Amino acid sequence: MSTTEHDTDGTLGEMGGVVDPVDLGMPAPGGAFDDHNPPDAALIGDCVHCGFCLPTCPTYVLWGEEMDSPRGRIYLMKEGLEGEPMTDSMVGHFDACLGCMACVTACPSGVQYDTLIEQTRAQVERHHERPAQEKALRGLVFALFPHPRRLQLLRGPLRALQATGLDRALRRTGLLDRISPHLAAMESLAPRLGRPEPLPERIAATGTRRMTVGLLTGCVQGAFFPGVNSATARVLRAEGCDVVVPRSQGCCGALSVHNGREEEAQGYARALVDAFESSGVERVVVNAAGCGSSMKEYAALLADDPAYAARAQEFAEKVRDISEILDELGPVAPRHPLEMTIAYHDACHLAHAQGVRAEPRRLLEAIPGLELREIPEGDLCCGSAGIYNITNPEPARELGDRKAHNIVSTGAEVLVTANPGCLMQVTSAIERLTSADGGRPMGMAHTIEVLDASIRGAPTTTFTTA
Amino acid sequence: MGDATQGTSTTSESSGLDSTGLDSTALDSSGLDSSGRIAAVAEVARRLLPDAGVITDRARLRTYECDGLAHYRVTPALVVIPQDAEQLAALVRACAEQAVPFVARGSGTGLSGGALPHAEGVLVVTSQMRAIREVRRDDQRAVVEPGVINLDVTKAATPVGYYYAPDPSSQQICSIGGNVAENSGGAHCLKYGFTTNHVLGADFVTPDGDTVSLGGAAPDSPGYDLLGAVVGSEGTLGIVTSATVRLVRLPEEVRTILVGFSSTDQAGAATSAIIAAGIVPAAIEMMDALAIEAAEAAVHCNYPDGAGAVLVIELDGAAIEVEQEYAEVRRLCDDHGAFEQRLATDPAERALIWKGRKSAFAAVGRISPDYIVQDGVIPRTALPEVLTAIAELSGSSGVRVANVFHAGDGNLHPLVLFDDEIDGAGEAAERVSGAILDLCIEHGGSITGEHGVGMDKSKYMPRMYTDEDLDTMQLVRCAFDPQNISNPGKVFPTPRLCGEVPGRHKGAHPLQEAGLAEVF
Ligand SMILES: Cc1cc2nc3c(=O)[nH]c(=O)nc-3n(C[C@H](O)[C@H](O)[C@H](O)COP(=O)(O)OP(=O)(O)OC[C@H]3O[C@@H](n4cnc5c(N)ncnc54)[C@H](O)[C@@H]3O)c2cc1C
Ligand code: SF4
Ligand code: SF4
Repeated sequence: MSTTEHDTDGTLGEMGGVVDPVDLGMPAPGGAFDDHNPPDAALIGDCVHCGFCLPTCPTYVLWGEEMDSPRGRIYLMKEGLEGEPMTDSMVGHFDACLGCMACVTACPSGVQYDTLIEQTRAQVERHHERPAQEKALRGLVFALFPHPRRLQLLRGPLRALQATGLDRALRRTGLLDRISPHLAAMESLAPRLGRPEPLPERIAATGTRRMTVGLLTGCVQGAFFPGVNSATARVLRAEGCDVVVPRSQGCCGALSVHNGREEEAQGYARALVDAFESSGVERVVVNAAGCGSSMKEYAALLADDPAYAARAQEFAEKVRDISEILDELGPVAPRHPLEMTIAYHDACHLAHAQGVRAEPRRLLEAIPGLELREIPEGDLCCGSAGIYNITNPEPARELGDRKAHNIVSTGAEVLVTANPGCLMQVTSAIERLTSADGGRPMGMAHTIEVLDASIRGAPTTTFTTA
Repeated sequence: MGDATQGTSTTSESSGLDSTGLDSTALDSSGLDSSGRIAAVAEVARRLLPDAGVITDRARLRTYECDGLAHYRVTPALVVIPQDAEQLAALVRACAEQAVPFVARGSGTGLSGGALPHAEGVLVVTSQMRAIREVRRDDQRAVVEPGVINLDVTKAATPVGYYYAPDPSSQQICSIGGNVAENSGGAHCLKYGFTTNHVLGADFVTPDGDTVSLGGAAPDSPGYDLLGAVVGSEGTLGIVTSATVRLVRLPEEVRTILVGFSSTDQAGAATSAIIAAGIVPAAIEMMDALAIEAAEAAVHCNYPDGAGAVLVIELDGAAIEVEQEYAEVRRLCDDHGAFEQRLATDPAERALIWKGRKSAFAAVGRISPDYIVQDGVIPRTALPEVLTAIAELSGSSGVRVANVFHAGDGNLHPLVLFDDEIDGAGEAAERVSGAILDLCIEHGGSITGEHGVGMDKSKYMPRMYTDEDLDTMQLVRCAFDPQNISNPGKVFPTPRLCGEVPGRHKGAHPLQEAGLAEVF
């Protein structure tokens, strides 16, 4: 929409005058942003202020406030460029964004909010002094999550806690809630743990080889949901893929990018490009939506690094979500029936960030006997959003409860989704709901585990008895 | 605003009167200056609302400085977000006591600057008043709070077989309160009528802070039709806190047809022929080549290749009736040169056809850095003539104009494209945009079909109405809002000083002389 100021006839005189137009070429001095990658004024200019994104934004749905909507956040960025300082309140509204990218899907004008919020977050990390407690929490998260080995170490104590049932007792006392809601959130999200299942470095295709693919094992996925990685490998093998699992792979850096820790993210990205480059794979397959969406963006993340820019681009082009690659290959392994109803939950980083909606549905619906139900308000984020449920526990919990309610309303037996964060978040929300109203507990599974069960001919009780 | 389109002396006169009429210090009764009075209202708000509902810091206030017409920007002095009607009424009462101007805002999608804040006033936002209180299937009524999103009413009614008919393109986000205030329309208003035909009653907070009930659940209420006055009043008479709306039964059959023509003339002639044949489609929408290009870029709606114009025609009703009308419409389109007719075969296809149409405004951002959405009405029969004149205007000025409109009822939405980086382009676009309104008036139409007058079009009002007409309208305003604090400065180019005879009149207003009206 026009940004001209047309007050030449003084119509606005009695309204107190319009705000002076500002040339948005470079950040105004004294404003929120420095000139290293400020939120791009041209991208901000694409926003025509129509508001179509508002009803899809989880924070707007919760609070109904302009500054906690995509349109409002873009406006705050614009204010920052025009010279408004980076105040605590401004940062609060950027922090409250879940990065779910529902607004990107909704926007008819093609506003690249994903790029804008990343640019903004990097600036916030540079310029905003966080209170000591918050800093410590973020430090703890980033010392833990991106490190598969450290997460593995956590498994021991967590398993012990769960085996004794002490975790539930602890949750009931509300003690953790009182000490720190953030830590309580972290604890309540930890999934029930199964046996760790390490994968060999190379797995040969069953029958004729159709493709050689690399598998990202991920941090949270690898530590908390090892079953998902083995299921992925089994299905790929059954569908005729040689699977390479490089030992040297580490974190993909998704959590760091989404939280403005740009340099840290770039470090992870370079290491991952190195790890897969020499393996000679045609595709890099990811089963965690959050990881996949950032890996597809590596070209932009490493664009300013001459040694890596081209390689990152090449790498990014190979990245596929597991459902995309299976849909692309088409099935060769026979499917066995699974007589059950499932509710399919779109992970934001799959549906909004990667536009992958139809593929998982097609794969699941092709399983004989399986009935897929859509979840009301399906586009709305569950509140997991990377580490959001740890840094912003209250809204995350509200969104989780809302999602749980919508999921349970489908009457499905099993919830299926494709992201470890969503699984953790939704599991704990559904547990809260069903334990509160004495309802039936619900089974939870990753898309690939359902496909794996169908190919192996496993019984539905794999999922329905939690 | 394009000076060249201004013509008369109204403008300078209006700014003179504006500052006396609305200079809030003149209204001061409590001995406080403007910021003191705002502080007094804020104090009341803090007692009533949770912290997050009272906004005073600059960065946050500024996110409210414009609505869907983003080139008008005014930072409000205070933003309040009440959670229920009682809080809202108490806030308005506080404004009245302090003689502080207030402006209502729903979702801020208005395209005429209606929700533009007042620099020394309070913006009252209804976005937390979003409960659907009742859906009464058997009475075909729903009772909703003002912040409820238009589409959510339909979502709530669909499970019981009903929907809410008025469907502005912005229906996924615009609020019922905003719809009532603007008397909003949409594609399906051709058959079903505008908001005014679907609102049966409202709870309403007057500018004194009193709560009154207007209309009712029954089809017609005795006494003055005050509800009729409030619908379309653009927030200048008070704030709607609840609306009772009519629900319409979901039709047995719906058919959506996408028809490609090589020119807008052909499409216009087909439209007239369909209506002349006695068919009332639920909707007939037209888009020209430039508008199609924008929509394709945004939502890949796959409209017919190389079309100079498309019509989106929707027929609904009983299955046999729709079947007959469908055959007739196909024939009429063929007769008028249609080169492709595509019937949506499933809900997904139908949704995609509509998505192209409904995202057209916002999608224009893809083909032009800046644009003005114009809104004018003409008699349907004048369509070909007016479109030709618009094309000539565009040709001679070099300003591109994309056309999207509700062809069925002659409601045009020319989108005037420009690049603000180029010197003088904004002004040239404004001139074209104003000239289009002149065309509408010349052809016996109106300067707004559904987007309202707001801040943007008040200056055009004198082109449609005489001074007497405008003064008479303002008698209504003075009756509701003698202090002139409810969305002041909107709609009327020359605010009337309630309690005084406006300077421009020699002697009393004709209505007063006739004893029909009195000045408050
Ligand atoms: C992309 C796009 C497409 C659009 N398409 C259409 C269309 O097809 N048809 C159409 O008619 N309009 C259309 N509009 C315009 C706009 O959406 C409508 O005018 C809508 O009714 C405004 O609703 P809102 O909640 O956003 O109101 P706002 O913009 O917040 O306010 C509009 C006016 O209503 C007043 N108001 C708001 N709430 C109340 C209340 N509770 N009581 C009293 N006054 C109140 C405000 O003071 C203001 O004057 C479109 C806008 C956009 C951006
Ligand atoms: S990314 Fe999600 S939370 Fe953030 S502004 Fe967009 S819709 Fe809202
Ligand atoms: S939908 Fe897009 S253009 Fe419209 S307000 Fe949101 S970001 Fe801006």
